[in-house]
Amino acid sequence: MFEPVIGIEVHAQLKTESKLFCSCSTRFDAAPNSNTCPICLGFPGALPVLNKKALLYGIKTGLALNCEIAEVSGFDRKNYFYPDLSKNYQITQDASPVGVCGYIDVALDGEVRRIRIKRVHLEEDAGKSIHEGGDITGASFSLEDYNRAGVPLLEIVSEPDIRSPKEAYEYLSMLRRILLYLGVSDCKMEEGSLRCDVNISIRAKGSDTFGTLVELKNLNSFRAVERSLEYEVERQSQVVASGEEVIRETRHWDEASQATVSMRRKGRAEDYRYFPEPDLPLLSIGRTWVDEIRATLPELPAARRMRFTEEYGLPEYDASLLTDTQELADYFEAVVREYGQAKIVSNWVMGELSRLMNATGIGIESVKVAPGDLAAMLKMMDKGTISGKIAKTVFEEMFREGKSPETIVKEKGLVQITDEEELAGIVDRVIDENQKVADEVRAGKDKAIGFLVGQVMKMTKGRANPQMVNKLLRQRLTN
Amino acid sequence: MKLNELRAHELLPMIERQEVTVEEAVTETLDRIAAIDGIIKAYITVTGERALQRAKEADARLRKGEPPRPLEGLSVAIKDNICTKGVRTTGASRYLEDFIPPYDATVVERLEDAGAIVVGKTNMDEFAMGSSTENSAMFPTKNPWNLKRVPGGSSGGSAACVIAEEAVFSLGSDTGGSIRQPASFCGIVGLKPSYGLVSRYGLIGYASSMDQIGPMARDVKDCALILQAIAGYDQRDSQSYPNELPDYTGCLIPDIRNITVGVPKEFLDEGLSKTVKDAFMKALEKLEELGAKVVEVSLPHVRHALAAYYVISSAEASSNLARLDGVRYGYRAAGCEDSASMMAVSRGEGLGPEVKRRIVLGTYVLSEENHKKYFNEALKVRSLISQDFQEVFEMCDCLMGPTSPTVAFEAGEKTRNPLEMYLSDVYTVPPNLAGIPGISVPCGFDEEGMPIGLQIMAGQYDEATLLRVAYAFEQATDFHKGRPDTQKGAHESAGGGRSV
Repeated sequence: MFEPVIGIEVHAQLKTESKLFCSCSTRFDAAPNSNTCPICLGFPGALPVLNKKALLYGIKTGLALNCEIAEVSGFDRKNYFYPDLSKNYQITQDASPVGVCGYIDVALDGEVRRIRIKRVHLEEDAGKSIHEGGDITGASFSLEDYNRAGVPLLEIVSEPDIRSPKEAYEYLSMLRRILLYLGVSDCKMEEGSLRCDVNISIRAKGSDTFGTLVELKNLNSFRAVERSLEYEVERQSQVVASGEEVIRETRHWDEASQATVSMRRKGRAEDYRYFPEPDLPLLSIGRTWVDEIRATLPELPAARRMRFTEEYGLPEYDASLLTDTQELADYFEAVVREYGQAKIVSNWVMGELSRLMNATGIGIESVKVAPGDLAAMLKMMDKGTISGKIAKTVFEEMFREGKSPETIVKEKGLVQITDEEELAGIVDRVIDENQKVADEVRAGKDKAIGFLVGQVMKMTKGRANPQMVNKLLRQRLTN
Repeated sequence: MKLNELRAHELLPMIERQEVTVEEAVTETLDRIAAIDGIIKAYITVTGERALQRAKEADARLRKGEPPRPLEGLSVAIKDNICTKGVRTTGASRYLEDFIPPYDATVVERLEDAGAIVVGKTNMDEFAMGSSTENSAMFPTKNPWNLKRVPGGSSGGSAACVIAEEAVFSLGSDTGGSIRQPASFCGIVGLKPSYGLVSRYGLIGYASSMDQIGPMARDVKDCALILQAIAGYDQRDSQSYPNELPDYTGCLIPDIRNITVGVPKEFLDEGLSKTVKDAFMKALEKLEELGAKVVEVSLPHVRHALAAYYVISSAEASSNLARLDGVRYGYRAAGCEDSASMMAVSRGEGLGPEVKRRIVLGTYVLSEENHKKYFNEALKVRSLISQDFQEVFEMCDCLMGPTSPTVAFEAGEKTRNPLEMYLSDVYTVPPNLAGIPGISVPCGFDEEGMPIGLQIMAGQYDEATLLRVAYAFEQATDFHKGRPDTQKGAHESAGGGRSV
């Protein structure tokens, strides 16, 4: 029986206004080479100046991932030639990353698994090459766009602690959630602001040795990570089971065939000739600064989830869905603050609200229903101003138009009819028109009363108070 | 006396009093360049028209009654590895032969803000790699004292143009001696400031952890004046020194009676020529005469300095120059199959042999199998040398030694043996490794009339003491007043002569 040993490297683009070492904008949709300057183009004599916000984000993330924050951190040069790397070296952190020795706790099948984080470090992104008609060695021409060159990235490297494709998925989801909570990255895989490289080997279950590492590339979603790992576990297991050896190589995930394809064999590891970046001084990261940053950390997903179960008495399932994003959790709590009954709020947020969001593709941040309005609507239900059924109609209207429930109820005349005289008139009319059913009820067929209630509701377009209708019908048809 | 022959501090009051116009002063410098640079070949680019235009603007300002700026109207030559906006900056390399920077180096900005006028860009060893200016891809520069000799390097053009009176002063850059050694070879004053004192922004990087820009001038006072204008914090250079600076001209007191001068015995080893040693010993006597206390000290690790320097500087250079790949600017080889080979061939054709030698050396010492053995060892040596200096500066105010083991050597003499060429920097390299300042001041002439330089070193950021001692020595001697007989040189195209 084999078990996989998986490690993941994540590159998250930091959400700073300007690049890591110059003041160029980080906007990704600008015209090619419009966000460039002598520094990010690697002109002779241009020097890098560290973006302090990026460092702050690095420290913040390090703290959120339970890392030790370096007292002295520095930059190094990683040397390799590629036309989109404007200086032909990348400024990164090799010897002294911002954070080391952290971890993330991941809940999987009711069990908490601790995945250790090896390191968190800052580095600059490269530009983008377009090789016309082939790769770099076969293209008829190549175009370079340096807008992305120098954009700040945070590389987060896990220890090889992940033991299943599902766990890899959960690890990435939790990491993404944390980065989003911190507000340090957009984490949009489709825009490249979150990228992951995965390495996997297999070994006999219970063994403490490591097998031959295979690196997986072209992973454009967390699902792709999970699927490609499932595929690799299977493939490598078969290779070993058939008495052959796994080859050290990089494999490409092919989405169409749902398979990994060999890209290149790794002979010797590439020699990047790292050395300390002489253009930048070592950074002394003062402990008071670190403490100040620690104090600004938001409540993180795991803690919030736990608080939701304890403070609001929510089931684990509700708590985990509601804390998926900070915005959703904030929304929920805002409604609860006004309304009180957490489980009812949870039902509405996870039910009607989520349904409408999914149907329209609107995210919680653009939802028009103010938390106070949802609370007000729930209170109107409690008071009997509107029925539960009408509430759904009202809520849809609130979602579409952003109006307050009071306005909608007034405009559409949706107030529940609780006037006994008015209802009695309608009830009498229904009995008149449905003599046959009325007789059945009189004869003791209690179930048939439901039909009559339905008729009253139909006639009042759902505005009749169902309890009162029931009472009035029984008064007339029983004893 | 012609205006171009005046020192900065002599010309400035005349311009301030409007006895002469900036245009007149600049014109005489440009005339001098026109007359003599065909022989000296100090300049790669002369910016005559631009300079005259600026001169006229300066005169207009002065006529309007605006107060003169600290370097108003002074003609300055800029080493061609310092970027000048709109003016070609080649680094004396084929690769950048047509490169026009879109920005000014901080030092250029500061000089121009202070009123100085750039008259041209000076020749150098390609990308500052060399000690004779023979590694220029353009042409070699002649030593105005003797046209058969080299002016030193890498800032050879910046040294030659100052002594030949083709500029009032110049800027050089110094990574391992490139300001001080040519200053010594050409009989001028050259100051390498402490690492970080002067912004490197816009200086084409050679070895970033040691590169410094500094003034080259005809006396110490001029150096102090220029240093004042270019030194100080620059947010564009992250290694720049953030603290308040002293008044460098204000500290020029010709009194060194309470000064202790240390003489590292390692600087008087074999390899030092007798004439240089004799001149140096006389200089020490002079200092004692002036009341300084001279003591022998030891810097036990400096014997490894040259090796450590070439490992570290080549490593950094191999990375710094990687950006010259034919993709974004500079030389691009024609007819390549694809972008990978275009990058390789552009470098192969655009870079000269010494540059390639150091790139190969730097790549080698950084490679996985050699990194520990060479690069890390060199870093250890470097910190030991820094410690040596620190300890010695607890006992002395400054250190002294010869600037270079020999006077200017003959052109072609050392080009075939790079190692011998490297030895020319043996005394100038340690201050770069330690980040401390060093200055070369004239301290004599050999029997053939070639100038000899005295190197003074001080603790990091203690340029005030450095300048004060240099000034006191200079004021008590006449060596800085020597000028080569370039007329004679021009006619004979050979030997120069001393005329004090």
